[in-house]
Amino acid sequence: MQKTKPVLVIGGGISGITAAVEIAEVGRKVVLVEQKPYLGGNVIQMNNYFPKLCPPSCGLEINFRRIRQNPRITYYVNTKVIFVSGKKGNFLAKLRTAPQYIFDNCAACGDCASVCPQNRPDDFNYGYGSTKAAYLPHDMAFPFRYHIDERYCKKETCNKCVEACDYNAIDLSAEGKEFEIEAASVIVATGWTGYDARKIENLHYADFQNVITNVEFERLIAVNGPGKGELHRPSDGKIPESVCFVQCAGSRDENHLPYCSAVCCSASLKHALTIHEKYPECRIRIFYIDLRIMGRNEDFLAKVEAVRNIELIKGKVAGIEEISGTKNLIVEAEDIMSGKKVRHETGLVVLATGIVPSGIETVLNVDQYGFVPEVQAVGMYATACCKKPMDVASSLRDATGAALKAIQY
Amino acid sequence: MEKRTGIYICTGCEIGWSIDVDNICKSYAASTGIVFCKSHSALCSVEGSGLIAEDIERESLDSIVIAACSSRYKTDVFSFGENIMVERVNLREQVVWCGQPNHEDTQMAAEDYIRMGIAAVQNIAIPRPYIAENISEEILVVGGGITGITAALEGAAAGYTVHIVEKEAEPGGYAKKLYKQMPSKAPFDVLAEPVINEKIREAENNPLIKLYKSTTIDRIEGQPGKFSVQLSNRVSHEEDSALRDNGVTFSTKPGNEGNHALSVGAIVSAMGWKPYDPSGLTHLGYGKFENVVTGPQFEDIVKNSPETILKKDVLFIQCAGSRDNNHLPYCSSVCCGVSLKQAKYVIEKDRNSLAYIIYKDIRTPGMAEEFYREVQKEDRILLTKGEVEDVDKLNGRLRVNIKDTLLGEDISILVDMVVLATGMVPSDTKELSMSYRQGKGLPELKYNFPDSHFICFPYETRRTGIYAAGTIRAPMDIPSCMEDAAGAMLKAIQCIESVKRGESVHPRSGDMSYPELYMERCTDCKRCTEECPVGAYDETEKGTPLPNPNRCRRCGICLGSCPERVINFSNFSIHSISSVIKSVYIPDEFEEKPRVLVFVCENDAYPAFDMAGRKRLKYSPFVRIIPVRCLGSINKVWISDALSKGFDGILQIGCKPGENYQCHFIHGSELTETRGENIQETLQTMMLEPERIRTEFVEITDYDKIPDIINSYMETIEAIGPNPFKGM
Repeated sequence: MQKTKPVLVIGGGISGITAAVEIAEVGRKVVLVEQKPYLGGNVIQMNNYFPKLCPPSCGLEINFRRIRQNPRITYYVNTKVIFVSGKKGNFLAKLRTAPQYIFDNCAACGDCASVCPQNRPDDFNYGYGSTKAAYLPHDMAFPFRYHIDERYCKKETCNKCVEACDYNAIDLSAEGKEFEIEAASVIVATGWTGYDARKIENLHYADFQNVITNVEFERLIAVNGPGKGELHRPSDGKIPESVCFVQCAGSRDENHLPYCSAVCCSASLKHALTIHEKYPECRIRIFYIDLRIMGRNEDFLAKVEAVRNIELIKGKVAGIEEISGTKNLIVEAEDIMSGKKVRHETGLVVLATGIVPSGIETVLNVDQYGFVPEVQAVGMYATACCKKPMDVASSLRDATGAALKAIQY
Repeated sequence: MEKRTGIYICTGCEIGWSIDVDNICKSYAASTGIVFCKSHSALCSVEGSGLIAEDIERESLDSIVIAACSSRYKTDVFSFGENIMVERVNLREQVVWCGQPNHEDTQMAAEDYIRMGIAAVQNIAIPRPYIAENISEEILVVGGGITGITAALEGAAAGYTVHIVEKEAEPGGYAKKLYKQMPSKAPFDVLAEPVINEKIREAENNPLIKLYKSTTIDRIEGQPGKFSVQLSNRVSHEEDSALRDNGVTFSTKPGNEGNHALSVGAIVSAMGWKPYDPSGLTHLGYGKFENVVTGPQFEDIVKNSPETILKKDVLFIQCAGSRDNNHLPYCSSVCCGVSLKQAKYVIEKDRNSLAYIIYKDIRTPGMAEEFYREVQKEDRILLTKGEVEDVDKLNGRLRVNIKDTLLGEDISILVDMVVLATGMVPSDTKELSMSYRQGKGLPELKYNFPDSHFICFPYETRRTGIYAAGTIRAPMDIPSCMEDAAGAMLKAIQCIESVKRGESVHPRSGDMSYPELYMERCTDCKRCTEECPVGAYDETEKGTPLPNPNRCRRCGICLGSCPERVINFSNFSIHSISSVIKSVYIPDEFEEKPRVLVFVCENDAYPAFDMAGRKRLKYSPFVRIIPVRCLGSINKVWISDALSKGFDGILQIGCKPGENYQCHFIHGSELTETRGENIQETLQTMMLEPERIRTEFVEITDYDKIPDIINSYMETIEAIGPNPFKGM
């Protein structure tokens, strides 16, 4: 069988990485394309995984090693797939790489960042904290090299980083490039973004500083996050004495996302336990409609239920108020089991916002929610959160399955 | 054969101005096996790596030591083809970024690490792969349900021959017993037709798929690429001729027990599930009242005698024997969707019937929520949260007594039939009848599900080349089983292709080294056969180990286990690490420069050290770090070598053990505890304090804890004083 063309994998998150290494280890060539400057997608921003509360970088480290050591994998970061044409066995993809001001020969010594006078909001930490305009995306970045954020860099008028670089790795006049690759088949693993919490007006994400989303929480509590492992709330940097989690924030709601995102319940339990392990006195409340903790993760729910300072309350949050001065919040909800309205003052509110598929539409047609529920064109396969919301374990399973479909051409 | 080694020291990234590189280079001017020692301001640059490539050519080097940054970076730049051994010495992260510049101790550390790198590269060989003869590229699928059939179809579509073994007379498994399926895509208000029949037809018509009905497995032996499988079958005459048409001949005449042997390269276990045994659910009326049935029984009734449910109000009790420590502690994931579907049967079959669903939580994740929303629109399906206390009879009907409802009071509902949504129990993998020294089935993690790293690497069973798929692996619905089937089949194909190249599969994918045993010195102590996490060793009746290289994941735990030191890998051996240990210069006790040897697991602890360096976290310059494949690969002899050499203490740092273990080789880091006693005996015979060895467990993100771990151990060592073996 002549299968010499590579498989194109679009999206370098955990699903795309998995698809790529699984295909390459069969013996096929793979081209992996990621639009961010690093591989790892959403999960590399996670503090830990449920139910083991273990760091995602542990499994990613193995996968990065598999990529480093496998000559059959070519990867491009800072690169978007802008167009795919053709059919099974014979696709042509047009790729666009953003200007790479720092080249592959960067040794990641950090001298450019030391001399860089410009700051930028740290997007890896969702804008909490800042980095220099010449920056390493994060501690475990793969590829391990610096980047320049062109929105903040003064380019040749400054030129300090160019002068500081011992490796001649910086060219501030670099331009982006477009190129084409041929592929036998395509896997679309462009993943998801969190639902825009500003749209859920009654929860006041846009108005109150101490109302944050679940993905932001991951960074705020992470060892390599802005708080270096301490949970400082946004308004004043204090460690909150109580935290409320609002489940289905904009999910299972026909005004927002009608579907269930499948992971947010387990994620909030994970957050609650993470807080509890750090701050045993912190009072934690989780407001939910149904607790959807599937399969063996039931053990994890039992573990949370056994913690005195974590309270699980069946009821949808109706509104949030801010107390002027302390910037504490009052969460109002109906406790469905008692039928009573409850109001709890809390230092931090975490909205369990759902999963919105992203980046698929340049390649495949999507349904009303943005998903690709079934195969549209033989040879092109959407996987993981491009198909439906799913957790990491399910995404990996699905990406491995997509790998098998892809190698059939 | 003497090596021709070139040494390169990079002076970039602060290395050059933190240590005296020239002095090191000079010291290697005339050493055995070392052709030269050079420095360069940026070895990773095109010019730097070009220089190395030229030297290799011109000086006929067979090995190089690159003293620069961590081996986790610039791997591609420092690869010079398969015939050149490359040893990376991590001066940047492990010496200069975590130490004091231009300090005597930093200089000594750099010198030691270069010596260690040279010792390593001069005592290893490039692995030559183990490639077995007559590798089979065919795949066995155990179980002909939706998962097995889908796996076979996907494997065949990729060009592989697949054998499906089904113990029942007909394939299809539970999926074939369904009346309808829950819709998994729009429109969500219409139940879907079961997908299985079409899949079976496709499989029966596929020339690459061979289906063995009424067949069980007598024995599986061998290893990936070369599993030999004995099937046993009781076939009718018709079945036999059908098999013959399909190219399969059982060795005896039809109507009798027959045997058939297969040679396959890999196996997918799609052995499926059994309904949870409801006999313990008498409080819910099971076994007491005729009209109390389980979900699977109800499905059968609706499919085969639908008239039975006419004129009946039906109540579904969710989590019957699930999420319950007296029964199944876990959630079976599918029962909520199944009962919603079955409630629709009730109202669709009889326009006057009512269906009730009593639940703890309605678990319809993802798009199943769309179906749930449609069902909620039905006014004859009534859902409420509640705990069912018991089921009894009143006026000839069933009375279901419920507490803790959303209505705020205890209620009783009178119905004509009760359906218990019982959970899924994985089938017994012992039916694989594997003739492995460590047992017939797949080792289980929890609740009899055969996996090992269910988050990051869901297909990894602890038996290389055998991949679990579908409900044997975790409770899941039909669309998930079909996705899962494809994933497991990919792993099976990948395993065969890797074995053909002589490479390891996950997690050391691509590794061509494998354990080589010097049998003359083996004492049949069985430690390797017992401790191997993946059951790579069989043994003779006498207990002599029989290695199966293709089952091996190259973790080195057997190497660590062997008291006779007979197990070695060409690039990781007792001798190579001993040589590295012995290459360290140990100052005498009067210099007050203690030395601590640190074994770090290369998977998580080593990257944590890299990050500590990157963060410029400072720790004692008296440690010397040796990466190992797993903490379990540390052999006791290295400990005694280090202590005899004069090291004052030994730290072993690896992945977290226990229920939520992170060890990529399952119990490698745990073994340091079970082997600890043995090692303490060694210390005792050497009259050394027990504190001279310590084990610490870290996560990859625990880089901030590294200085504390190191420095607090240094304090312990300073308190007990120097190792008396120093200088002996």
